Amino acid sequence: MSEQIDQALARKYDAGFVSEVESETFPAGLDEDVIRRLSAIKGEPEWMLEWRLKAYRTWLKLTEPEWAHVDYPKIDYQDISYYSAPKSMKDKPKSLDEVDPELLRTYEKLGIPLHEQEMLAGVAVDAVFDSVSVVTTFREKLEEAGVIFCPISEALHKYPDLVKKYLGTVVPRGDNYFAALNSAVFTDGSFVYIPKGVRCPMELSTYFRINEQNTGQFERTLIVAEEGSYVSYLEGCTAPQRDENQLHAAVVELVALDDAEIKYSTVQNWYPGDENGKGGIYNFVTKRGLCEKNAKISWTQVETGSAVTWKYPSCILKGDNSVGEFYSVALTRGKQQADTGTKMIHLGKNTKSTIISKGISAGYSNNAYRGLVRMGPGAEGARNFTECDSLLIGDKCGAHTFPYIESSNPSAIVEHEATTSKVSDDQLFLCQQRGLDPEKAVSMIVNGFCKEVFRELPMEFAVEAGKLLEISLEGSVG
Amino acid sequence: MLTIKDLHARVEEKTIIKGLNLEIKPGEVHAIMGPNGAGKSTLGYVLSGRDGYEVEQGEVTFKGANLLEMEVEERAQAGLFLAFQYPVEIPGVSNMEFMKESVNAMRKARGEDELSSAEFLKKAKEACKQVNLPLDFLKRGVNEGFSGGEKKRNEIMQLIMLEPKLAILDESDSGLDVDALQVVANGVNSQRDGERSFIVVTHYQRLLDFIEPDYVHILAQGKIVKSGGPELAKEVEASGYAWLGQADEGEEA
Ligand SMILES: Nc1ncnc2c1ncn2[C@@H]1O[C@H](COP(=O)(O)OP(=O)(O)O)[C@@H](O)[C@H]1O
Ligand SMILES: [Mg+2]
Repeated sequence: MSEQIDQALARKYDAGFVSEVESETFPAGLDEDVIRRLSAIKGEPEWMLEWRLKAYRTWLKLTEPEWAHVDYPKIDYQDISYYSAPKSMKDKPKSLDEVDPELLRTYEKLGIPLHEQEMLAGVAVDAVFDSVSVVTTFREKLEEAGVIFCPISEALHKYPDLVKKYLGTVVPRGDNYFAALNSAVFTDGSFVYIPKGVRCPMELSTYFRINEQNTGQFERTLIVAEEGSYVSYLEGCTAPQRDENQLHAAVVELVALDDAEIKYSTVQNWYPGDENGKGGIYNFVTKRGLCEKNAKISWTQVETGSAVTWKYPSCILKGDNSVGEFYSVALTRGKQQADTGTKMIHLGKNTKSTIISKGISAGYSNNAYRGLVRMGPGAEGARNFTECDSLLIGDKCGAHTFPYIESSNPSAIVEHEATTSKVSDDQLFLCQQRGLDPEKAVSMIVNGFCKEVFRELPMEFAVEAGKLLEISLEGSVG
Repeated sequence: MLTIKDLHARVEEKTIIKGLNLEIKPGEVHAIMGPNGAGKSTLGYVLSGRDGYEVEQGEVTFKGANLLEMEVEERAQAGLFLAFQYPVEIPGVSNMEFMKESVNAMRKARGEDELSSAEFLKKAKEACKQVNLPLDFLKRGVNEGFSGGEKKRNEIMQLIMLEPKLAILDESDSGLDVDALQVVANGVNSQRDGERSFIVVTHYQRLLDFIEPDYVHILAQGKIVKSGGPELAKEVEASGYAWLGQADEGEEA
């Protein structure tokens, strides 16, 4: 492969700046006292603290998973701070005017203005900075429709019964090592509740930013869509460029009751580390949705960041005729490693799932698709279709596919297609001969490869995702 | 327009072009014929600056500039166009997007404004019509699932849209039936304006019935071994390349 492509693949990370914000940060270390302090700072109800402590005790008994196709040094969990929040957030600003301008500037620099008049029309944003939510926009407008969209810490005060009813029902406290850790120490995240029969009038989105050094980010998102309701939600994430690795262990739970639909999109652009693999975010995330009768959950993810990604957004298709979808673009470059995919658990009759996974590997990176399709004994007439495509750029990277199929129902149909291709010299030459520079050529070819997935993103974000890929592939020249 | 002096070039470790000279003036059409493996495609790649094709010796000037010092895309932006013998597919990238990027990259290099979507679309539709491709080809992936003939017509469509100064057509006729051949030739002829030059690489004389060349050159073993007017193509048609001391291997599949 030509030198030009290597150059084109040199990394560039636009979101790598640090904001000068005075923070209150816990000293590193984790024990029950830390959890008590964290819960107290948030003024949580007693049951929440108990829940956290139980999760913590479970976590102590679990071991870190090692089956993923990733390799990273052992994490010292006592070397991480479990809470950090800008001091200015302590007095709980009532409106944007009271929010520290430096915080607002941070989001502006990231292309997410938080003043409602400047925002994308039709998109409400919850901005989470380290361990706290800074602001949630368009709340009144959403309240008119009966939609709740607020930080989960606030939901614990305002709607404790709702949170208590659903928290941990899809991803149990002790589900896995990282989920247990999250359950013990989660700090903020978004809570969404769509009442029966309501079509959420706007796109909802949460923007996560890690800023403080040596802190972990443990956000927790819970979305409940009542019968016959609809919501489309998008999360975005970035972090400063630092030499140390930082841990991000999130849990997302989706509940789609009868006839409800949840569309959940992620544009993940955590700092990926430098070209030698120094620094970057460890992105260890558990995302799962539960579908009741005729419900539908779509996961769409565009993953370009993080040093190590371990993430399998899944659907439990419990109700008859429910539908699960997973559309994924995962791009790795430099020394990034991604092990990502999905689980489709078919329990109900005539349940359907579609998996479209596009893995792009460049540089020295490793990109693995890992997917499980399970057809339970009750999954009469269930169907799955999986398409799993890998695109290699250069010859020093790796693409791997680990499909697992378990069927306990002979009437269920599982289809799996997989392809591996390369960005060829022929394609690059054609593009250049037609006047395009190699960077533009590679990004155009990659965008074409991802088209099926980008189509699934909300309009405003499809453009963003395309640009993000372009930036990720851009050389130091740009 | 183009001056090639004593060009020697190799691919991998093998020298393919061995002392080639050629002078092309504005508005001229030069046909290059020759047996398979003579180095015709190699010449096109060397002139376009393709990676892996190394010039060992010689000079090439294009519109007064040293062509060999320019990047592939700079040569293209300067007006050098290559219609490929085997056009490659770019799945998922529509012809429309591809050509829009391409047209605008050329315009940008010339210091012109980008075309608006409406202006571009108009141009694209006209070009499609000229080569007899249905409009939905604009929406399809570049060469994705195109038949051999459609790929060739698509190359000519690109030529029409990009309005180059010098176009090299590498066997744009091979694998085409007479109707398609006519379409390709008409496309090319429509671009002849007395300024624009062409190198028409072909294995057979029949394309030259439709695109009348000013000069015909026979390329064999990396050199131009004979040059003449249109009548030379007819001679070749009659006697094959056997007189060059090697068998004509016939058209590639
Ligand atoms: N990438 C390559 N590596 C090695 N040899 C090559 C390569 N490309 C072409 N050749 C050789 O160069 C010679 C000329 O090829 P080509 O220019 O394609 O001929 P033509 O177009 O006249 O049929 C042939 O012998 C061919 O085998
Ligand atoms: Mg050839």
